[in-house]
Amino acid sequence: MSETNKSEYLVEVNHLKEYFPIRTGWGKTTMLKAVDDVSFAIKPGETLGLVGESGCGKTTVGRTLLHLYKPTDGEIRFNGELVTSKNVHKFRKDMQMVFQDPYSSLDPRMTVEDIIGEPLDVHKLYSTKAERHQKVLDLMSLVGLNAEHATRYIHEFSGGQRQRIGIARALAVNPKFIVCDEPVSALDVSIQAQVINMFEELREKLGVAYLFIAHDLLIVHHISDRIAVMYLGHMVEMAEADELNDNPIHPYTLSLLSAVPVPDPEKARANKRIILEGDVPSPLNMPSGCPFRTRCRFATEQCAKERPALTDRGNGHMVACWNK
Amino acid sequence: MSELTENMPKKNPLSLQIDPKRFEPASEDEKAQQDVMHASTSFFRDGMRKLMKNPLAVASIITIVVIILMILIVPKVVPYGYDEIIRVNGSRDKTVTNLAPFQYSEKEQAAIAAGETIFPHIMGTDSLGRDYFVRVVEGAKVSLSVGLFASILVLIIGVIYGSISGYKGGRVDLIMMRIVDIIYSLPDVLIIILLSVVLNQTLDPNNPIVKALGTNMVAIFVVFGLLYWVSMARLVRGEILQIKNNEYILAAQAMGGKSGHIIRTHIIPNCISVIIITTALQIPSAIFTESFLSFMGMGVQAPMPSLGSLANSARQGLQSYPWQLIFPAVLIVLIVLAFNLLGDGLRDAFDPKLRR
Repeated sequence: MSETNKSEYLVEVNHLKEYFPIRTGWGKTTMLKAVDDVSFAIKPGETLGLVGESGCGKTTVGRTLLHLYKPTDGEIRFNGELVTSKNVHKFRKDMQMVFQDPYSSLDPRMTVEDIIGEPLDVHKLYSTKAERHQKVLDLMSLVGLNAEHATRYIHEFSGGQRQRIGIARALAVNPKFIVCDEPVSALDVSIQAQVINMFEELREKLGVAYLFIAHDLLIVHHISDRIAVMYLGHMVEMAEADELNDNPIHPYTLSLLSAVPVPDPEKARANKRIILEGDVPSPLNMPSGCPFRTRCRFATEQCAKERPALTDRGNGHMVACWNK
Repeated sequence: MSELTENMPKKNPLSLQIDPKRFEPASEDEKAQQDVMHASTSFFRDGMRKLMKNPLAVASIITIVVIILMILIVPKVVPYGYDEIIRVNGSRDKTVTNLAPFQYSEKEQAAIAAGETIFPHIMGTDSLGRDYFVRVVEGAKVSLSVGLFASILVLIIGVIYGSISGYKGGRVDLIMMRIVDIIYSLPDVLIIILLSVVLNQTLDPNNPIVKALGTNMVAIFVVFGLLYWVSMARLVRGEILQIKNNEYILAAQAMGGKSGHIIRTHIIPNCISVIIITTALQIPSAIFTESFLSFMGMGVQAPMPSLGSLANSARQGLQSYPWQLIFPAVLIVLIVLAFNLLGDGLRDAFDPKLRR
């Protein structure tokens, strides 16, 4: 299997686990299972959307993938090569990240030129000052910023412009893969469209692969080739974007999709919302078996006993559910 | 204009859409208004501009500059040394002690009558017949340099300790901060007294540093190096913990930046203003401590004056020669007040939290 994978996938994640120790009292620590046994793979130039509600571990998956957190267990492969804490430095140039908050992800004491040039400095990708300047200007025009913005500071920009700066910084080292951690959720809707379209253009121009993390299903459906749905640190469903949208199987995905607003009042009236009861269980105190069973309409005894594995329901549509 | 509006979609009579005909394209002049932006200012320049607008801060800068100029110029102009007992034409004069400001002794008056010029004693003389003005200026120099060097000592130790503790975090931070807590609870005056006793016994008196400063001064510096850096360390640690949580640190890690790079390019520039402000506020506190210890008789070694020791020796003649206490006391107040106000002004100008 690994032989064929080597050529096919850019990023592979197998049984990734990320637990954080949380102090719950005198000398007591409990493991917070932020990500528990998540596996997926991304082909070169492909976009995998990752959706789920707040606190389900989407961001942790993205950060662990880049070894910003040391994974508790599981393996990450890039171009078929195992990424470990020791050799991660040589992959840094190929894997980049765009952050959610364009306000805190850019250093307020640096000019735009220095922010975008920082990855060039770190990887020493230029020989003269003029070359660095030219590279920064090229990147700025790539993301639609004017050259005269180069000497300005971050507080002089709007949210959308800041996010463009963040994207230019991620692109500076010519990465093959970018983790986009809710890159548009801090922006207002009109700017969201601009930034999303820019991501698409960049994918076409540069052929980068994205792991696109978001909680807005519409946006994810628009940009992604495939979509994965997470709940409480587990992956519950993964399929082609259209397949997932038209034919969701997992009860959690069903309820998520029913909450998406439809811009057609006739259809919206016919659409019945599935309202989930109760709250998300605390990740410190996970339910036994299937993590979703406490809020699931179809829960049976089997769900409490055993955790369902992701199984292929045809056409690469993977679902983790006993009943559907 | 008409050409443009013709191309626009017709307005639906029932729609609430704004009628495009009521708009006209912006002229070049109006477009240019959008382009004009203020010049990009750096953080430092912006802060300096704010500082210069603060009258108290400017006044304290002027005060400090005047005092420093006085320290530099007075020894060159006034012909008396700070430890020199005044002689007139090479002979001792018994009446030269405890003179009032601008008063001359009997022999000096005789010499002036004989046509000689004698530099006036601007602040009079002390009980041994030394020019008091020169001694006060020399005392200010000693006090200022003690304050400056002690603050630099505190700055270096505190910043290094605090940044290691804050950057490493976890168990390292826990242990380092408990050590700080212990040091915080030690009584500083007691330590200085004990140290100067111990150092008196152990230090080699021929060591050039000890010879120049005296064991008490060495004890003061050692105490500053041992005890007074803790508040700086705490402050820097807190600041770094806060900066570390920003996503741009994570971004720098994601792009492959090593710890040294992150500390140099992100952490230090972001907490430098807090460090500068705290150092500026540390100087008056060090001067005050030194003056206080000298007043208690544990400061500089005679004949070297400091503002505190001058005030101390003036106590004995307080009723007859009150100016001997007033001059050094006023200078202490001026220096400490000026540095405090400057520190406050720096904080107002540079602390980003106060800006918003």
